[in-house]
Amino acid sequence: MLRQIEGSRAVAETVALCRPEVICAYPISPQTHIVEGLGELVKTGALAPCEFVNVESEFAAMSVAIGASAAGARAYTATASQGLLFMVEAVYNASGLGLPIVMTVANRAIGAPINIWNDHTDSMSQRDCGWIQLFAETNQEAADLHVQAFRLAEELSLPVMVCMDGFILTHAFERVDIPDQATVDAFLPPFEPRQVLDPADPVTIGAMVGPEAFMEVRYLAHHRQTEALARIPEIAAEFAAAFGRESGGLVRPYRLDDAETVVIALGSVLGTIKDVVDEMRAEGRRIGALGIGSFRPFPHAAIRAALAGAKRYVVVEKSLAVGGGGVVATDVRMALDGAAIPGITAVAGLGGRAITKASLRRLFEAVIVGTAEPLTFLDLDRGIVERELARMREKRRSGPIAENILRDVGAVAARIV
Amino acid sequence: MSYTPIKFHQTGTHTLGNRLLAPEDRTVQSSLDRANALSCGHRACQGCGEALGARYAVDAAMAAAGRDLVAANATGCLEVFSTPYPETSWQLPWIHSLFGNAAAVATGIAAAMKVKGRSTRVIAQGGDGGTTDIGFGCLSGMFERDDDVLYVCYDNEAYMNTGVQRSSATPPAARTATTVAAGPEPGNRFGQGKDVPRIALAHEIPYVATATVANLRDLEAKVEKAMGFRGARYVHVLVPCPLGWGTPSDQTIRIARLAVETGLFPVFEAEHGEITGTLKIREKRPVEDYLRPQKRFAHLFSPEPATATIARLQAIADRNVARYGLLDPAAEV
Repeated sequence: MLRQIEGSRAVAETVALCRPEVICAYPISPQTHIVEGLGELVKTGALAPCEFVNVESEFAAMSVAIGASAAGARAYTATASQGLLFMVEAVYNASGLGLPIVMTVANRAIGAPINIWNDHTDSMSQRDCGWIQLFAETNQEAADLHVQAFRLAEELSLPVMVCMDGFILTHAFERVDIPDQATVDAFLPPFEPRQVLDPADPVTIGAMVGPEAFMEVRYLAHHRQTEALARIPEIAAEFAAAFGRESGGLVRPYRLDDAETVVIALGSVLGTIKDVVDEMRAEGRRIGALGIGSFRPFPHAAIRAALAGAKRYVVVEKSLAVGGGGVVATDVRMALDGAAIPGITAVAGLGGRAITKASLRRLFEAVIVGTAEPLTFLDLDRGIVERELARMREKRRSGPIAENILRDVGAVAARIV
Repeated sequence: MSYTPIKFHQTGTHTLGNRLLAPEDRTVQSSLDRANALSCGHRACQGCGEALGARYAVDAAMAAAGRDLVAANATGCLEVFSTPYPETSWQLPWIHSLFGNAAAVATGIAAAMKVKGRSTRVIAQGGDGGTTDIGFGCLSGMFERDDDVLYVCYDNEAYMNTGVQRSSATPPAARTATTVAAGPEPGNRFGQGKDVPRIALAHEIPYVATATVANLRDLEAKVEKAMGFRGARYVHVLVPCPLGWGTPSDQTIRIARLAVETGLFPVFEAEHGEITGTLKIREKRPVEDYLRPQKRFAHLFSPEPATATIARLQAIADRNVARYGLLDPAAEV
């Protein structure tokens, strides 16, 4: 049913339709509305049977999900930012044990300095954790991806993260078509675990594995991700057939036919990018966009194919590999290995900095004429950076950087020295 | 009555295979039907208190649950010596996830069983490091929510799996690899350690008990009793470690008994935050009797006795005796 609804609520209601049996809840912005919604659905009996466990930390949230999943229950939790980092040890453990847990990540920056707004630093930090990572462009897709995520997770016995931009999507009200229970039930069969804790057939899960087999175990984890590379588009196609709309998939080409310049991005910023592409197309510029729907597994072949006719590309990404450059751009470069297509990395929107059409347009123009820096920081205030660098040169103890900068931009009273 | 051959596991004051008892009154371990949860052939050290404690505790829990039991284990000696892939010593469904999350994993299993309408019970187990330190947050969360889990802590008073480093359960003055016997305060800095049984009491969970491997019938009975309750339950078992404590492998039981008889390890049980029973000390021994045989306390006696430190340890024992009424027959519940 088509409704005007908050993104978090849409996700909560769709997750409920997936019939999770154990939900773990720990609050962290901007994820809170999702577990609040699910808590209400469990309390009122709208979602039953289901155990809603209010845990004492994100580490416990993932640990409870691990126990529940290993005992054969469909398990779900949601997190963001510091919360995701606090559960990291258990995040790796869930994938190592092959437990098909589904988790929403309401993407948010990582401190310090503390910042609650959107970028992709949190889930990108989990690049190598063995989870499948799907990115939503809209709230409709965020909701739809959860239905696909449970299916994918349980078929492959791998955990899946559904990443949606914090606030930009989670707190936005827009039209979302919430599917009906019968369609979801037909698409998503009950969870049948590969291995389960059952006294009738005892197994030992999580044994200690030495050098003689550990490498093979890790290889198999990689192998299962490559299997996902085939299953993700198939499941997206099945979803389209069952629900009547396109959602998910590995990559989403937008006006790529004859495009000389390709903009690559993940998440909600694709909406703005497509608007700029449309404007530039109207002016006869040969530009297109490529959305990445699956960050892990990384769709190397699909990206290579999509960029076959391109002359140049730019990766717009909301994360920074400090001391390295772009996180996504590194993977894109690997995908294009051997193809002589120059590309640049544009780090944008860190800590919720708005990514405007005007800024993107300036960037794309610079990319086309070849004046863009290989590692561009979109809308970086050079003045602030230079003033702080000068201060640090003058005075070894220049004080906390973030506070100095806040004073520069007038956000903090001058008396705080 | 038909003849039943009985395997003896211990002789002495509390002989387990008591042939004079009716079969239904016999201990779990004396029964040929015992689950043998932790089967022999595992790689624990000779004289390991934890292996002994775990087998009795889990067998008793399995008997009480009609074998419908799942175990979650923290990282530690017990996990490492029992599950070197592709072998396992566990005869029940068993999961190891991480060092710090055994309680939370058990909560998840219990939630799954509840939602699926199954009667399967859940036990979580870990050493003192996984319980009193790194797993403490998850343990407290499990207590607070009153999740239907029995948590058993096997306390050997240090991180034995990594080479005998100090934990928050390491007693004052004890020497470990990270609290060497040097400086003005040799051994573990003076304090009292983190008293998790009393912290468990403060959560007012249905059942809390302490036990030792010196009285295995008591351990069995407490685990059995704990399984009679629903909600969060905690059993804290003192399990001497020959390697870490510097005691001969054949002295594990004797050392555990000395910990009780000196008052350093009070044995009690409690329901909903109230103490309901204590194990009385027949004849109280000075703490020196307990400290002297252990190499981890050797610096207290050589080159000359550290009388002040020994006196402070004696004061801890005396406080326990007073607090729990360990000598007072009238205080017996």
